[in-house]
Amino acid sequence: MSGITDEKTVSITVEFSGGLELLFDNERKLSLALPSRDENGATSNIAYLVRYLCETTMKDPRKDLFVLDGTVRPGILVLINDADWELEGEDQYELQANDNILFVSTLHGG
Amino acid sequence: MPPTPCALCKTNRALILRPKDHSKLCKACFISVFETEIHHTITTNNLFHRGEKIAIGASGGKDSTVLAAVLKTLNERYDYGVELILLSIDEGIKGYRDDSLETVKRNAQQYEMPLTILGYSELYGWTMDQVVEQVGKKGNCTYCGVFRRQALDRGAARLGVKHVVTGHNADDVAETVLMNLLRGDLPRLSRTTSIITSTPSAVSTDPNSHTNVKRSKPLKYAYEKEIVLYAHHRNLDYFSTECIYSPEAFRGSARALIKNLERVRPSAILDVVRSGEDMAKLVPGSDEGCGGVCSSSVPAAEEEEGGCGSSNGRTAGGEMANMEQHLSQNEAAAENGLEVEITSTGKSRATQTQQRGNTAKESLQNGSSKKSKKGKGEPPAPRKVTKQVMGQCKRCGYLSSQEICKACVLLEGLNKNRPKNSIEVGYDESQETEVNGVTNGLQKTHIAAE
Ligand SMILES: [Zn+2]
Ligand SMILES: [Zn+2]
Repeated sequence: MSGITDEKTVSITVEFSGGLELLFDNERKLSLALPSRDENGATSNIAYLVRYLCETTMKDPRKDLFVLDGTVRPGILVLINDADWELEGEDQYELQANDNILFVSTLHGG
Repeated sequence: MPPTPCALCKTNRALILRPKDHSKLCKACFISVFETEIHHTITTNNLFHRGEKIAIGASGGKDSTVLAAVLKTLNERYDYGVELILLSIDEGIKGYRDDSLETVKRNAQQYEMPLTILGYSELYGWTMDQVVEQVGKKGNCTYCGVFRRQALDRGAARLGVKHVVTGHNADDVAETVLMNLLRGDLPRLSRTTSIITSTPSAVSTDPNSHTNVKRSKPLKYAYEKEIVLYAHHRNLDYFSTECIYSPEAFRGSARALIKNLERVRPSAILDVVRSGEDMAKLVPGSDEGCGGVCSSSVPAAEEEEGGCGSSNGRTAGGEMANMEQHLSQNEAAAENGLEVEITSTGKSRATQTQQRGNTAKESLQNGSSKKSKKGKGEPPAPRKVTKQVMGQCKRCGYLSSQEICKACVLLEGLNKNRPKNSIEVGYDESQETEVNGVTNGLQKTHIAAE
């Protein structure tokens, strides 16, 4: 039941909704084996996940619609296992196996 | 971090941090509090009365979907005794509304509400695609914007419905307050902050006139963030348009400003809304001098609320940008074309288009307000803040500050040049087969609940 396939990665689920999926090839749900350590050897957190998504997953060139000034663009909500990320330490939250991270945009029309 | 317990029930794990007061709530308590607050908005402002038939301006987007879900819940829970129906507008742009209208149709079944989809061609005799065919790619956004602002009222009048509710939320209102403040347009600020806008009943005695349609915004004090969270936690089915606001647009910047403010101080959004309401009371001749309580007759004509796409529920400002992609390639040309068009009516002041850097559509709206034509270099002359005198359009009866409303002016131009062949008919048929055979934006479609 452990989501850890090996010590080098942490298995998580990333979801996009509210129109944000349009920036990710219309992919609403991704299973990721994220490196468990970031560039500096620290435990991977949300900030690293966001960088990772920008660099490896996101093919749309409009990165600024997802990330602005080094953090998730204001107006995009981040839910960590269904909880507001502000309750979990925002981008400093350290990822654990089987975490579900949802990015939902409030910026899209409707 | 250890899980935080819910501030209300003290048992469940808190999942939501409320922007307005930083309280931490569990899912069940959040849903209940969110609904209760909207119930309070409805009751303290006397938005509804028993027996009333109310059309929800539905676009399939998050705001109107949440509005429909909450109103259904509250109507049953508190026995308002109102009849709720869904009203959607189809501009008649091939492919543009397909997905959102499919969502609205699912909503109609989910909430057991009758749905009516009205097309521009029924309301105005022209679909947007036909307008484009007629006027070319330039300037068509003007038509769409002007037609759209009246579409829900005209649609409601056709259905004999006197009250239209829209999904405008606190972020939308705050954004509009900021924009009108930045433009120095206090009369419009006064009108758009009002929770109910309607024409005074004295204006028209014709019961079928769409000047008698009341509009209200039950989600006016609800944060966009909470609307999205409510939709998420209740698993509501909504549609997000491709558009992401374009950073250049004026409204887009106001939106970005709001979202940045929220990040720093979440209560800022409601503070801006309240400031807008307070400023509205200071506008001379404002109906809100009484404190906003008895302000239930604020003229609503040709308002700009929540962006060009707004009258169909609510959209981020970028929806228009998206539509522009569908329709228009050359915005600069559009503005030029428009200027000629409007100036020829001898009333509007479209000349500000260039300096304001806004779209043609926007300058059209501003054409009715009392703007000076001063250039950038001149010091601003002190401007008397006066309430616009609202009258009725001589053609259609719609509330307008001009003798003939903008829609009628545009229609006159279109109809004058209407080709005398059967192109439109053939077009109708081709479109009919296009959209699943259920509806086509050209004909009214009723989808019964159940
Ligand atoms: Zn609770
Ligand atoms: Zn008219």
